[in-house]
Amino acid sequence: MMRTVFYWFLPHPYLTLLLAVVWILLQNEFSAGMAVFGVILGIIIPWSTSVWWPDRPKGFRLGKMLSYSLVVVWDIVIANVEVAWIVLTVPNAKLKPAWIVVPLDLLEPEAITMLAGTITLTPGTVSADLSDEGHNLLVHVLHTDDPDAVRDEIKTRYERRLKEIFS
Amino acid sequence: MSAEIIGTYATAAFLLIGAFFVAVGVIGLLKFKDPMTRLHAPTKVGTVGIGMLLLASMTHSFMLAETSVHELLIMGFLFVTAPISANFIAKVNIHKGVCETPPKPSQDDTWSTLKSPDEDPEPGSA
Repeated sequence: MMRTVFYWFLPHPYLTLLLAVVWILLQNEFSAGMAVFGVILGIIIPWSTSVWWPDRPKGFRLGKMLSYSLVVVWDIVIANVEVAWIVLTVPNAKLKPAWIVVPLDLLEPEAITMLAGTITLTPGTVSADLSDEGHNLLVHVLHTDDPDAVRDEIKTRYERRLKEIFS
Repeated sequence: MSAEIIGTYATAAFLLIGAFFVAVGVIGLLKFKDPMTRLHAPTKVGTVGIGMLLLASMTHSFMLAETSVHELLIMGFLFVTAPISANFIAKVNIHKGVCETPPKPSQDDTWSTLKSPDEDPEPGSA
């Protein structure tokens, strides 16, 4: 009963939190009045748009999400140095681009979207396409000697963590 | 006084690192010959390049005691939108066949970009 009332009032609790934080950041200075207004916006906007967005991810762990973000940010920094090195030193003739097919264990659209976004932002990989039934992800790699190792790293490093977040 | 000097040097260092990565992104865009490899340079190098420029802007604002956190939002929106535009460009490349044809998916029939819609059903057959 409590749950029903809670989800009627806050259809997307994390969206509420996100909207409030974005509003406070937009103000550029913290004041109690603006924080309250941010929370009010965070309640009104998800509530008034919930008709077009009926489903919500079943589980979502904020703590694990934060540690995942730190891992990804660190990987992005490393990846940038690696890609910069490849761009500056590897001649076109020696470049070994490859397509990789990643079998997906994730089922939630939100989780697959986050995995695809993470892949695009990190080491020389771009997620290019999803198979028609959504069980495979097509990834393009800029330069690799061992495509299978890249696929395994994506699965162990990112997909495993995402499965824990959305569970 | 010394805090001010450290702030100035930090801002300058962030600006230089950012400019370096943006320059590398442009070099990659000009150097690579294949549309798919060319996609790699700007999408990745751009995130840290622009991130560093924004970090420089933040350090500078903290130094002048006019704290600004808008840069965090810019970075957030950048990280959310960059993969989407990269994905769109990749899909166009696959659709137009200007890159190497991707291998078949292991579990499904085909990639969603390559899937052609079914023939129009004959009137009355459905």
